[in-house]
Amino acid sequence: MSNLSEFLHMGGYAFYIWWSYGIVAAVLIGNIITAAYRHKRLLRHLQRQQAREQSQSASTVA
Amino acid sequence: MLRAIWTWMHRFASPPYFYSVAGKLVPWLGGACAVAMAAGLYLGFFVAPPDYQQGESYRIIFIHVPAAWLSLFIYTAMAITAAIGLIWRIKLADVITISAAPIGASFTFCALITGALWGKPMWGTYWVWDARLTSELILLFLYLGIIALHGAIEDRRVAARAVSILTLVGVVNIPIIHYSVEWWNTLHQGPTITKFDAPSIHLSMLIPLLLMAGAFKLFFFTTVLMRARTEVLEREQRSAWVRDIVASR
Repeated sequence: MSNLSEFLHMGGYAFYIWWSYGIVAAVLIGNIITAAYRHKRLLRHLQRQQAREQSQSASTVA
Repeated sequence: MLRAIWTWMHRFASPPYFYSVAGKLVPWLGGACAVAMAAGLYLGFFVAPPDYQQGESYRIIFIHVPAAWLSLFIYTAMAITAAIGLIWRIKLADVITISAAPIGASFTFCALITGALWGKPMWGTYWVWDARLTSELILLFLYLGIIALHGAIEDRRVAARAVSILTLVGVVNIPIIHYSVEWWNTLHQGPTITKFDAPSIHLSMLIPLLLMAGAFKLFFFTTVLMRARTEVLEREQRSAWVRDIVASR
């Protein structure tokens, strides 16, 4: 346990090191999430659009 | 040989081909990125010894330097795709240029913020108007300017041309950032790794640094392909191949 707290202490530089790594980790994860989310959202949008067009063309035929 | 590359480039630049190949590449690149990053972090935190001058604080270098390198690499890559888009009118090149911009901005931001967090205990200040720091800040504004310009122009082709031209104009900043530590001898230190004689860094620190640099580069390739796929899908939404993909889901 003392090993862990020593590790987290980082020789007195804990604040600078963990903020650096934390911010970079957040930026990386944020990049992955936005990229994946944008793709999903677009696919959902296109799906709805296609379904709407199909129902429209079906109703004009009828 | 050249002809083979040329035909491959044209095939790769065809939207449906790119979409499917990029989709297959993304998980592999992402997996390789995770492995390299895990190895780099392990060696960087548990194997590399504390620095004899900077103590533990130098461990910020393992993300600061790769982020700074990548911020320059992405911009250079964007300048190349911008030129390709302008000269040969390859639409995929425009897609890559605009897809890379937010990732470039992210890593420039990371380089600046980790530099500030390292500078405070080492230099005694978060920020100075040093040549390296200032030119890197200009790089961030260039990325943000490119994103804003793209968002401000409705017509896709006009937007792509404007973005390409702005990217190419801004490329003068890249050698300025690179040589700033030699041209203006202010606060930021000179290069440690890329100078021509032996690097002045111990192998136990160099290996995790290079692993992290590789991991960041793989991260860029992963996310730029993810974003480019979305962009291609949106641009091609009227074409039959996109309709097939959407219908088969």
